[in-house]
Amino acid sequence: MVFVLLTAVAYSVWLERKVSAHIQNRWGPTRVGPFGLLQPLADGVKFIFKEDLTQPHVYKPLYIAAPIIAVVFAISSIAVIPFGNWVDIGPWGTYLQITDLNIGLLVVLGITSMGVYGVALAGWSSNSKYALLGGLRASAQMISYEVSLGLSLVGVLIVTGSLSLREIVEAQRHLHWNILFQPVAFFIYLISAYAETNRTPFDLPEAESELVAGYHTEYSAMKFAMFFMAEYANMVTVACLATLMFFGGWLGPVFGPQILQMVLPVIWFCLKVFFFMFLYVWVRWTLPRFRYDQLMAFGWKVLLPLAVANIVVTALVVAWRA
Amino acid sequence: MFHLILFLFFGAICVAGAVNLLVQSHPINSALSLIVVMGSLAAEYLLLGAEFLAAIQVIVYAGAIMVLFLITIMLLNAGKEERTKGSRVAILIGVPGVIIASVLVAWTLVGRTSTTHLVSIGALWGAPKDIARLLFHDFLLPFEVTSVLILIAIMGAVVLASRPEAIARPHRSRPVPQETCELVVTGKDR
Repeated sequence: MVFVLLTAVAYSVWLERKVSAHIQNRWGPTRVGPFGLLQPLADGVKFIFKEDLTQPHVYKPLYIAAPIIAVVFAISSIAVIPFGNWVDIGPWGTYLQITDLNIGLLVVLGITSMGVYGVALAGWSSNSKYALLGGLRASAQMISYEVSLGLSLVGVLIVTGSLSLREIVEAQRHLHWNILFQPVAFFIYLISAYAETNRTPFDLPEAESELVAGYHTEYSAMKFAMFFMAEYANMVTVACLATLMFFGGWLGPVFGPQILQMVLPVIWFCLKVFFFMFLYVWVRWTLPRFRYDQLMAFGWKVLLPLAVANIVVTALVVAWRA
Repeated sequence: MFHLILFLFFGAICVAGAVNLLVQSHPINSALSLIVVMGSLAAEYLLLGAEFLAAIQVIVYAGAIMVLFLITIMLLNAGKEERTKGSRVAILIGVPGVIIASVLVAWTLVGRTSTTHLVSIGALWGAPKDIARLLFHDFLLPFEVTSVLILIAIMGAVVLASRPEAIARPHRSRPVPQETCELVVTGKDR
């Protein structure tokens, strides 16, 4: 499972480079393998064999721990994400999910909220101005947008009445996708998810033109790659969550022989997640960056009241219909 | 048995983190060991069966409050603390006090013969629905009063943090300091 996720992470980097190239009327990676498909492999090998520079002025224990923290929390949240329905393999059967907790959603939110530490500690322990500024920006931004991210999901929870990701998906059968009932919540979720993963138009923590590279300025080789992996793994998690909460997860038309019936839900799930990954890249190469005060004002003065209003309206409607 | 081993393991981590919090001289390290304490406490809740409480512990304490602690320490750029030899009050009153308190706790725990009031591992009911019923039905009034209390605290913090001049005259432009004017004049004279 971790292997699948890491491969997905590597190929989302490839996707990003390829799509961005085509948006800018270029070719992107073409040299390694057909369509440059082996490029992530080559990148990985290069990252591992590169010289690992450690600046003399860093605070070493935290400097080394920070990328590890970032990657561990980014990857472990995949444990509660269900990616398919019940399957029978010979005499055994299983749900396509590592663990099914009845508070699955809260676990994902908890783990992603811990991911801030990787970024913040990297910024601080590097002991340089750009890194510190980037780290502070990142943590401030992630905390403020996490509030509206969490509140936007409350509307969905009121409608479905469960915290288990599997039950939330099951409640959306027969095309009763939550996006139809909670469009406002979906857009709040989408915007705050972009801010939460530090992607354009909210990529101020690593704004190249003013902060060099932000919190990972002082990192090189595999440690730098670990921050990259954490960012893309977070993107995958957020895309999975959007699919599960608003777009019916693995639900879709299922037909044909039994083996096809088992595989199709996984394919629907992957297609939906792929759509969100593509949307990420698309938005990144379309929109310019926010200014920092605009970012904070937008988060606290627009998104947060909107999310609260959405909860109140949803609760009233549910109470009125009950 | 496996649960008991895990329980003892996380308990040991929790105590070690708490001791480390006091021993470390750098504020960042202390804050990080406090996060370890919070995290292992969440694991203990999880082992007791209170899943919701564990998740909230991680989200609220480890994920939100401690990040604010950390940001504050980073912004203030606090250095290493200076070591003192300890105050006489702490040695005369504090150490015996701690010993008496721990003896009292141990005596209560050991002296309890019946196990009816103890929670066995995994027996705590902490489903979100039960907690919601308690909070919003049985204890609704204390809950609402607490929320008002927190609101008052926030307002108090805002008033204390903002400068008094900013509240009194929000739109007045800042006057040019006297010294700068003089400097400009002398510059022209030369």
